[in-house]
Amino acid sequence: ERDGRFPLGEKRLMDVKLGELGSWLGKRDFTPNGVLASIRNGHDRYYNKYINVKKGGIGGVAMLLVGYVALSYMWEYDHLSEYRLWEYDDLRVPTTYSIIHLKAL
Amino acid sequence: MGTLNSTLKFYMPVLTIVPTIKSACLPRLVQLSHLHTSPNSQAPVPALPEKGGKTRHGIIPEEIFQLLYPKTGVTGPYMLGAGLLTYILSKEIYIINHETFAAACMGTVIIYGVRKFGPDVAAFADKLNEEKVQKAQEVKDLAMTSLAQAVLDEKKEQWRAEGRQMLFDAKRNNVAMLLETNRRERVHMVTNEVKKRLDYQIALQTLHRRMEQEHMVNWVEKNVVTSITPQQEKTSIAKCITDLKVLAKVQQAKATVAI
Repeated sequence: ERDGRFPLGEKRLMDVKLGELGSWLGKRDFTPNGVLASIRNGHDRYYNKYINVKKGGIGGVAMLLVGYVALSYMWEYDHLSEYRLWEYDDLRVPTTYSIIHLKAL
Repeated sequence: MGTLNSTLKFYMPVLTIVPTIKSACLPRLVQLSHLHTSPNSQAPVPALPEKGGKTRHGIIPEEIFQLLYPKTGVTGPYMLGAGLLTYILSKEIYIINHETFAAACMGTVIIYGVRKFGPDVAAFADKLNEEKVQKAQEVKDLAMTSLAQAVLDEKKEQWRAEGRQMLFDAKRNNVAMLLETNRRERVHMVTNEVKKRLDYQIALQTLHRRMEQEHMVNWVEKNVVTSITPQQEKTSIAKCITDLKVLAKVQQAKATVAI
């Protein structure tokens, strides 16, 4: 949420020191208006940096697509974890999935 | 790939909503959109930037590389990427399944397509944009010329309006002339009427005098004629005869002298 950065003189996230992180987070505006404003803010920054230019590159859209792919992977992780090939960081202990499908080969 | 503005039409409805909300809530933030947020702004809209934010290999923003350069040099982010990849694969945070192979095939095709056809599509999109800009420019130029022409016409009309004074003078002269003519006509009429009346009076007087004269003459003649008695008539006739005889004698005498 980056609402009210200029009028209130609040620092950006990169300028906040590690110790001040808690108080900085407390000062941020978490009202629905503030949330909406920050979403809009972020959208505008991304749009004007990568898309609203004369000669844009593939990066503008590609980053969005990669982000979408990553996000959908995260949402599907629970379902996908049934297809794991080994468990518990131990390559010697295979999962049921790998036993069944590798045995079938 | 070049500009994708023409293909990102789904952004346009959002963009139309954004300024209205923005002008209601946000203070004016300078580095944001190129639309005027307050109704009082007089400055011209700044031009679009030529190139967007740089990305390495299309998906990683250049800022990451710049961030890590002082500490790790040029290969830093790549090592970070390799390490992350190894971690993800070994801990099975990314699970290799049938979709991995599909993703790899699609990725290869996409990258090949982009590498091969990118510049052509970019040129085509740029050409489309050029045409749009040119059309807008034509409209603007046309508007400018028509407005300049309108300004000239207005100035001409103002110059014409100054000439109205001369028109008014001419009209005033006309009116004065009409009045003068009218006055003179009436004066003439008055003179004629007065003269006619005076002439009538004069004629009347001469008539009177003439009639009196004639009447008097007739009366005198009549009286004289009636006063001539017969006696007077005889004596006058005898005298006339004797006068005639004398005259004849004189004439004869003259005639014999002449011969």
